[in-house]
Amino acid sequence: MIFLQLFWSFFKIGSFTIGGGYAMVPIIEEELVRKKGWIDSAEFIDMLALSQSAPGILAVNISIATGYRIKGLAGAITATLGTVLPSFIIILLIAMFFQRFQDNAVVERIFKGIRPAVVALIAAPVFKLGKSARINRYNVWIPVVAALLIWLLDFSPIWVVLIAGIGGYLYGVYKRREARK
Amino acid sequence: MIWLQLFYSFFKIGLFGFGGGYAMLSMIQGEVVTRHEWLTPQEFTDIIAISQMTPGPIGINSATYIGYTATGSVWGSVLATLALVLPSFIIMLILYRFFMRYHNNQHVTDTFAGLRPAVIGLIASAALVLMNSENFGSPTDDTRQFVASLLIFGAVLVANFFFRVNAILLIVLAGVAGFLIY
Repeated sequence: MIFLQLFWSFFKIGSFTIGGGYAMVPIIEEELVRKKGWIDSAEFIDMLALSQSAPGILAVNISIATGYRIKGLAGAITATLGTVLPSFIIILLIAMFFQRFQDNAVVERIFKGIRPAVVALIAAPVFKLGKSARINRYNVWIPVVAALLIWLLDFSPIWVVLIAGIGGYLYGVYKRREARK
Repeated sequence: MIWLQLFYSFFKIGLFGFGGGYAMLSMIQGEVVTRHEWLTPQEFTDIIAISQMTPGPIGINSATYIGYTATGSVWGSVLATLALVLPSFIIMLILYRFFMRYHNNQHVTDTFAGLRPAVIGLIASAALVLMNSENFGSPTDDTRQFVASLLIFGAVLVANFFFRVNAILLIVLAGVAGFLIY
């Protein structure tokens, strides 16, 4: 019964959050903390921090963490299925039928207008997130170099993530060694 | 072979996808558009538009869509989505056990001090890579579409960034504008 409830809660979360990621956070909190009382809000914050420090999709990570907290591995799997299934079904239907519409003249006109808008919507969070990532004049070269490597030199973003992580780690080790001298 | 490549590509995206949806877009683009050419840049932009308008995380939406179009089968969608989620499962379950002990650990904090600014660069690159003639029209061959695209791009950027206008509304309006202009 708890599994059914768990699945249903996350299915709702997956169905009603458009835009993904951070848009899901308040809805998950409302459902799990306030309505169901499965976890308390301090625990929820911990789960959120945990989910943010792991790679992958934030909503999926939160589902795994809270599902695991509530009902172990089976709970984690149930919650993740609930989160993933609504978008899976919807997108699958679109993938099956969209190609037929793609060559339609009206659809093509509409998407000609939409494409530059989408690019703008991707560009906007660069500036929004810049603040929360604590970008300052000492580390602003990191995002600039990362973007240029990928854009102009076809560098794989995977390498950028690896190098940035290792670089941050080594710089921290170096800084503390200097401080000890 | 395509199945193995699909699994490997999305497993990598899941494993290295730090920084949420938009940062992950740049990884998906690298694997799916640049490396394997499963999608044209145009199709990729269309999927992002569809993802923005339908519920659920962009990562799941892209995996499901690309899995289907790359293999022509529902199982392609299942495989790609599973491959994307699997690293999260493994890492989250490990992290869960060690989290309380390590999340204030200096090495973890240092690593993230390097990762966070790079993720911003990743998002910027996703936007830069998509600013091409497929999405904006060519400035020489199709000046009208190019100018219209630039205007739409500027208007949406300002509306979303300064006035916090909802993304879905902006996509719908841009679609209406496209219908009227072309």
